[in-house]
Amino acid sequence: MNKILVIAQHNSRELSPATYRAAACAQAIGGEITVAVFAEAAGPIAAAAARLDGVSRVITIERPENAHQLAALLAPQIAALAPDYTHVLMTSTTCGKDVLPRAAALAGAAMVSDVMQVLGPREFRRPIYAGNVIVSVRVPGTGPVFASPRAASWRPVGNGGEAAIEPATLELCLPTHTEYLRLEQEENDRPDLQSASRVISGGRGVGSTENFKLIYSLADKLGAAVGASRAAVDAGFAPSDLQVGQTGKIIAPELYIAVGISGAIQHLTGIKDAGTIVAINKDPEAPIFEVADIGLVGDLFKILPELEQEIENPS
Amino acid sequence: MDPAREIMKYDVAIVGGGPSGLAFAIRYRQLQPQASICLLEKGAEIGSHIISGAVMEPGPLDRLLPNWRENLPAICVPARRDEFTYLTRGGRWRLPVPPHMKNNGNFILSLSSLCRWLGEQAEALGVDLFPGFPAAAALHDENGAVIGVRCADMGREKNGRPGPNFTAGVDIHAPLTVLAEGCRGSITKTLIARHNLDQASDPQTYGLGLKELWHLPPGRAEPGLIQHSIGWPLDRKTYGGSFLYHLNDNQVYVGFVAGLDYEDPMFSPFEAFQQFKHHPSIRPLLEGGEILAAGARTLVEGGWQSLPRLEIPGMLIVGDAGGTLNVPKVKGIHMAINSAMLAAEHYAEKKTPEGYNALLRASPIGRELRRVRNIRPGFKKGLWRGIANAAFETLLAGHTPWTLHNHTDYSSLTKLSRFTQIKRGWAKRVLPPRDRPASVFFSQTAHDETQPLHLKVADTSICIDRCRTEYANPCTRFCPAGVYEMIEDDTGRHLQINAANCLHCKACDIKDPYEIITWTVPEGGSGPNYTNL
Amino acid sequence: MKILVAIKRVVDYNVRVQIKRDGSGVATDGLKMSINPFDEIALEEALRIREAGTDTQVLVVSIGSQSAQQQLRTALAMGADRALLLSTEDESQIQPPLLAHALLKLIEQESPELVLMGKQAIDDDANQTGQMLAALWGRPQATFASKIELAAGLATVTREVDEGLELIRVELPALITTDLRLNTPRFVKMPDIMKAKRKPLEIRPLVELDLEPTPHLETFAYEPPPKRQGGHKVDSVAALVATLKAKGVIE
Repeated sequence: MNKILVIAQHNSRELSPATYRAAACAQAIGGEITVAVFAEAAGPIAAAAARLDGVSRVITIERPENAHQLAALLAPQIAALAPDYTHVLMTSTTCGKDVLPRAAALAGAAMVSDVMQVLGPREFRRPIYAGNVIVSVRVPGTGPVFASPRAASWRPVGNGGEAAIEPATLELCLPTHTEYLRLEQEENDRPDLQSASRVISGGRGVGSTENFKLIYSLADKLGAAVGASRAAVDAGFAPSDLQVGQTGKIIAPELYIAVGISGAIQHLTGIKDAGTIVAINKDPEAPIFEVADIGLVGDLFKILPELEQEIENPS
Repeated sequence: MDPAREIMKYDVAIVGGGPSGLAFAIRYRQLQPQASICLLEKGAEIGSHIISGAVMEPGPLDRLLPNWRENLPAICVPARRDEFTYLTRGGRWRLPVPPHMKNNGNFILSLSSLCRWLGEQAEALGVDLFPGFPAAAALHDENGAVIGVRCADMGREKNGRPGPNFTAGVDIHAPLTVLAEGCRGSITKTLIARHNLDQASDPQTYGLGLKELWHLPPGRAEPGLIQHSIGWPLDRKTYGGSFLYHLNDNQVYVGFVAGLDYEDPMFSPFEAFQQFKHHPSIRPLLEGGEILAAGARTLVEGGWQSLPRLEIPGMLIVGDAGGTLNVPKVKGIHMAINSAMLAAEHYAEKKTPEGYNALLRASPIGRELRRVRNIRPGFKKGLWRGIANAAFETLLAGHTPWTLHNHTDYSSLTKLSRFTQIKRGWAKRVLPPRDRPASVFFSQTAHDETQPLHLKVADTSICIDRCRTEYANPCTRFCPAGVYEMIEDDTGRHLQINAANCLHCKACDIKDPYEIITWTVPEGGSGPNYTNL
Repeated sequence: MKILVAIKRVVDYNVRVQIKRDGSGVATDGLKMSINPFDEIALEEALRIREAGTDTQVLVVSIGSQSAQQQLRTALAMGADRALLLSTEDESQIQPPLLAHALLKLIEQESPELVLMGKQAIDDDANQTGQMLAALWGRPQATFASKIELAAGLATVTREVDEGLELIRVELPALITTDLRLNTPRFVKMPDIMKAKRKPLEIRPLVELDLEPTPHLETFAYEPPPKRQGGHKVDSVAALVATLKAKGVIE
C-alpha cells in the first residue's frame, strides 16, 4: 500500500489552500496519507491539516528553525522522513518549488514537477513547453516518488476528516547559512496576476480607461486580479504588465472572466489552463465563447454592475 | 543627438540573407577566398523571414553548389506532375499547362529551409553572417557613392528615445554594398528614389502572396503534384491565382497570389485566399487537416520593363530587390541566384559595380525576362485577353515589336464613389484560420512591443478623413496580418497600428493609395519565425 | 570572485513547438534555438556584478549537444569570459538530477563563489536543477531572485514568491536562480560577436566526468493539451452566478 507524505504549506498561522490541493493529488494516488507540518508552533495549522479529507495522520515537527519555510532547512528534514514513504508531495507553489527539489536531491531521487494527472502510483502527466505539450512520465525504481501537484489541476479536498496529530522530532543538525529577513507585501492589496486564483480581464470592448474602472471594481468584489487583452493594452486602456496572452502573461487561475474580449488565439494561449472561463461579450460570434465554460451575451456596461450586485446580494 | 557608433570594415557588405544575398556571398568567397564578407539579415535566423511558393529550377544552384542534392533541405520534393485549371464559383476546368509552367526536373521546396542550408555553406566558407541585425540605411560619401550601411539601433523606447539597454547600430564600411533585400527592400527603395535609378524604367509592380502549410489526413496528398489555378475567387480584372504544391508526409503548401494593381478598394487578398480554400474542388482536400504554418510576402511582377538601374558607385542590387522574378513561370529563386552569381563574378573580375547593369540585361537572365515581358501587363485588360496575349507572346517568344507598360500599384484603386461593388458571392468559411490574427499566430511573428512603431504613417489625418471617404481605408483589408485597424471610441476615430503582428510583407508600403505608409526595419530579430515555408 | 552561470539551449520562446507525428517527442529540427531566457537573465546579472567593479570572472557552462556552442558563443558575445560545454548527444539524459551532479563536479574544479542560473528552463519547465545542485553542494539557495545585493561574503536576495517579496540573506558560496524581473538582458553587439569567436570555449565530453548513474524520469507519451470544451451560454447574470456557485468557483 502507498504511504503518502504531504508537506503542509502555511504562513505560520494558517494552513494554505495549496495543502488542500496536495491532499487531493494524494487521494488520486491512493493510500495512507500523512501530512507533515514543519513550524515553530504547529497548533492551528496541524488542527486544520487533521481535518483534511482522506488524511489519516498529521505529524508536527516543531522547532525554531521551522518558523519560516526555508528550503535549506526544510529539505534535510523532509529527506529524513522520506524513506518511510512511497510518495512525498508538496504543491507547486513558489514555496513547494523551492523546497521539494532540494529534498529530492538529498534523498537521491528524481522529481516530477507540476503533476496534473495521476496515471498510476509511479506514472503521471505533466505539462512542458508552457503547457503546449503534455508528457506522461514514469518514475523508475522503487524509492520514494517526489512530486509537486500543479495547483490549477487539483480541486481542494474538503475538511471533514479527523486525523490524529502526533508530534515528531528529527535529530538533525540544520545549516545556519540561510537567514530569513522579511516578507514585503506588494503595495496594492489586489492579488498578483500571475498567481491569483481569480482573474478578470478587459478587452477592447471595454472602450476606455475610464470604463476599465468597472473591471477593477468587480475584481475588488471578487478578490480577483485584473488582466487585459493586447488590444486593450494597445488602445491604452490598461498598462502592459496586465497583458494576458502569448506575448503577455500565461496564467492558470481557477476562475477567469473575460470581459469585452473577442478571444483571439493569441489571448487564448495565455489562459488555456484556467479552471473556469467566463466570457461576457456583446458579439455572440466572438471566438471566446467557443472556449468559455459559461458565456453571457450582452452589454458589459449593464452586466458588470448587475454582476457586482448579484455577488453582494444574491437575488 | 546621434549616438556614437562603432565602425566595422569589410570588403563586401550584403544586406539580406535570402537566396540572392547568400548566393553572392558564396560565389564571391569561392572566387576570392580572402575577401571579408559581412551579411546582415533582419530575421532572427537565416531563413526566418523567407517565404516562397516554392518551385525551383535547380540549374543555378547546381552551378553554385554542385553538392546541394546530397543535402536536400527538410522539405524538397521533385516535381512529378503539373495541373493548370480555371475555377468558377462552383466549377473547375482543366486547361493545358502553359509551357512556362511545366516543371519537369524542378523541385518543390521550402525556401526558408534552403536558405538555412545556404547560410551554413556561406558560414563554412568564412562569411560573417549576422542574423538579427537589420541594415537600416545606406551610408554615402560626399559624392553620393555608397560606402556601406548603418545597422538598426536596438533598445529605443516607444517614443524613440534610447532606453536603458539602448545599443546603437554599428556602421559597416565596405567598398561594395550588395542590396539583396528581396521584394520592396527598404534600403533599395530609398536608393532607387535618391539616385533616380528607375528613371529609364517603368514603375515596379507587385503581387501579394499568401501561403499556408497543411498536414492532411493520409491518402490525400500526391507528392510532387503541382497545381495552379486562375479565375475564381478573383474577378476578371484582378490578376492572380492559386498554388497547391503536394509534399511528402501528407503535407501540402496551399497559397494564393493577388496582383496589387487590383482596383476594388474593398478587396481583401487574405479573404480571397481563404475563399479559394473553400472552393468545392479544394475544400475536400483540406477539410479535417491541420494548418501548421502560415505567412505572406509581396513579390515583384514588373519584370523586364520595371528593372531599375542595378548599380551605382559602391553598390549593386541583386535578385528581387531589383526585380528579377519571372512572373509567367511563377519562379524567382533561380533568377535570384543567377543574378547574384553574375554580380559576384563581375565584381570579382572588375572590382567595380560599373558594367553590371548592362551585363545583366545582356545575359541569359535579361533575355529570359525580356522574352516574357508582355505577358503580365497583358492581364491589365482582363483575364481572357490576358490569356490570349500570353499565348501570342509565348508563340512569338517575345519577339513582338512592342513593350507593354507597367503602372504603379498605389494608384490603381478606384474611388468608392466611382466603383460599382462586385457581388463576389463568397462563402461562409469553416476552415482555419478563422481570421487574420489566427493566421498571424501560425507565422510565429513577434515584435518587442516596447520599441517604436516600425510602420510610419506620415499623416494619419488623411486616414481619418480623406481615405475613409475615398477608399474606406483599404489598409484595413490589404494587410494580410490585420496590422491596420480603424477604431472608433469616445475620443473619436483613429488608426490603430498593430505593428507587433507585422509579417514584413511590405504590402502597405506598396498599396496605400496616398503613399503615406513607410515600412522601416524594426529591431533586429523581430518579425516572423518561418521554418518550413 | 568567480561566478559560474549555467545556461541551457532551448527552443526560442517566440516559437511554438509541435509534437512529432509519431508521438515520440517534440519536433525541434530547424526551429530557432536560444539561451533559455531565465538563464540569459542570470548571465546578465553576472555581467552586471562584474561591471559593478569587483574583480570577477564569469564562466558560462552548458550541458547538451554540440549545437549548444552557438548559445555559448552568444554568451561570450554578451560578455562572459570563458565558456565550457559538457557535450552529450543523448538529450534524453539532460534532466535536473544529472545536470546537478555534473555541475557539482565543475564546482569542485572551479570553486566559484556564486552560481547563477534561471529558475527554470522553458522547455521542460521543471524548476529543479538549481535547488538540486544547491542540495548536493551543501550550500544555500535563493530561488526566484528579483534583486541581488552582494556584500562581505553575503548575498541579500529578494525572492518573488506567491505571497509577495521575500528577503533572505545567504552566506557565499551560494546558488541563486533568477526570475524575470531581475534585469533585462543587454543586446549583443556585432563587434562583440566577432570578439567572442576568439574567446575560449572548451568542449568536454560529459562522460569524462565519470558520473555515477543519476535518478531520472522516463517519458513515455507526448500529447497536445486537451482542447477546451466551451460553448455553454447562460441568459442572465443570475444564471451566471448560480452556475459559478454550483461549480464551487465562488461562494
